[in-house]
Amino acid sequence: MIVGEQKPLEEIWEMVKQHKNVTVFGCNTCVAVCHQGGNKEAEILASLLRMKATQEGVEIEFVDSGIERQCEHEFFEKTQDLVVKSEAVLSLACGIGVQFMATKYSSIPIYPALNTTFLGDVIKAGHFTEKCQACGDCVLGLTAGVCPVSRCAKRVLNGPCGGSTSGKCEISKDVDCAWQLIIDRLDAIGKLENYEKLSSIKDWSKDRSGGPRSFILEGF
Amino acid sequence: MELKTESKLEKVFKSGQIAVTSECGPPRSSDPAHIIEKGHLIKNHVDAINITDNQTSVTRICSLAACVHLKNEGLEPVLQMVTRDRNRIALQSDLLGAASFGINNVLCLSGDHQSFGDHRQAQNVFDLDSMQLIQTVRHMRDEGKFLSGDEIKVPPKFFVGAAANPFGDPFKIRVPRLAKKVAAGAEFIQTQCIYNMDRFEKWMEGVRERGLDEQVYIMAGITPMRSVGMAKYMKRAVPGMDVPDELIERLQGVEKKQQAQEGIDIAVEQIQRLKEVKGVAGFHIMAIEWEEKVPEIVERAGLYPRPTFD
Repeated sequence: MIVGEQKPLEEIWEMVKQHKNVTVFGCNTCVAVCHQGGNKEAEILASLLRMKATQEGVEIEFVDSGIERQCEHEFFEKTQDLVVKSEAVLSLACGIGVQFMATKYSSIPIYPALNTTFLGDVIKAGHFTEKCQACGDCVLGLTAGVCPVSRCAKRVLNGPCGGSTSGKCEISKDVDCAWQLIIDRLDAIGKLENYEKLSSIKDWSKDRSGGPRSFILEGF
Repeated sequence: MELKTESKLEKVFKSGQIAVTSECGPPRSSDPAHIIEKGHLIKNHVDAINITDNQTSVTRICSLAACVHLKNEGLEPVLQMVTRDRNRIALQSDLLGAASFGINNVLCLSGDHQSFGDHRQAQNVFDLDSMQLIQTVRHMRDEGKFLSGDEIKVPPKFFVGAAANPFGDPFKIRVPRLAKKVAAGAEFIQTQCIYNMDRFEKWMEGVRERGLDEQVYIMAGITPMRSVGMAKYMKRAVPGMDVPDELIERLQGVEKKQQAQEGIDIAVEQIQRLKEVKGVAGFHIMAIEWEEKVPEIVERAGLYPRPTFD
């Protein structure tokens, strides 16, 4: 899922303070799981902004609302009237939802309340970790199900680098060395001999560097 | 002897002699005087001089330009190249540029993460990793082609090196990892600084068991300790470094002003011991900001004079 983190209140305030009417709009799927951008968080953020406005002595109407997903048209139906009446929208979606709304409502300013941080999992309650960079050419079959592109700070395809120490990455003792994990997994599944296969030079044109990517299903 | 390149280092190895290299870090300034001075301090005692490539991710004169300065002085540089800062277009372009100046040796590295350096906010590139850079240099030389497949009219002729860390984790893949670098095309290896001699010798045993010492020239990495403080720092803070307590205790056992000399003595003793280890084909002496001590180490270790070729 997509993980995000709410921006500091001050930064959000600077974006919205020029408006008189702002809809604070949650997105109740990915970013709700990490308790940053769901409809409940939209409600809390709207309250905080109302208090901030009172403190600053300005009059701004903050209305909170939200939908299941801000990245698909069909979910917007029920809130259509509210959004089009807003002077501005503060979206708690990831960067995808913010852009989807900006395209859908071309004359309404849409501001991001979150920093979209990574594609990750929930390893335990409240702890989210990056697992994928959407490089467009998955290598997990070769690396025993551990992704070196997202989990190695140097994304080396033939690791580990010389900085791997006691299973940890050279950048921090709190970060696992992805290649230690790969080697341990190869060993566990009886495929350690695969370690010596050279990973060929990667085609990064399928990654971000190839330009914005899209995917069209035939027959739709 | 059959030579693939004009490299003096290749000649030393292939003539069956123990090779000696050292390294110099370029200055953080546009004035090259310092690196030229360092080169002259050691030129008669080594066969080639590595020039580091923005080591520890701190911005300096680029390795290529510093190599050209040494080349102009008649010295034999080894161009260190990390894949952290440049993509395959820039790497291949710099390789052509280096070859155009008659630089004959390249050492292929991934490079320290930028978080160690002076520009922590920088993007890193890692379009290739160090293994793939080895493959790239060999491909350009042996196939006469760019990675794209396009032909190179006059291919660059580099003697290709790589690093190996016998002390990195996990230990079980340390020999297989060397085998992988050899398979990728490495012709010489410079190891991480050796302090844990037993562990190094154990690694060499594994290297010999697979016959890798017959396929690649392995240079043992030696860095003299200047003080007990340096030894403790390296043990504590430098990733992939194995500094045994006995070494720290030995340095602690002498007076503070004698510690530097003790560090040199230890380095000389290490070389003498490692000269007897089958498969060690040379020594890479990294005297960090202490280049003036390289001649003493080389002489006392019985590695002087250096071979000359017509």
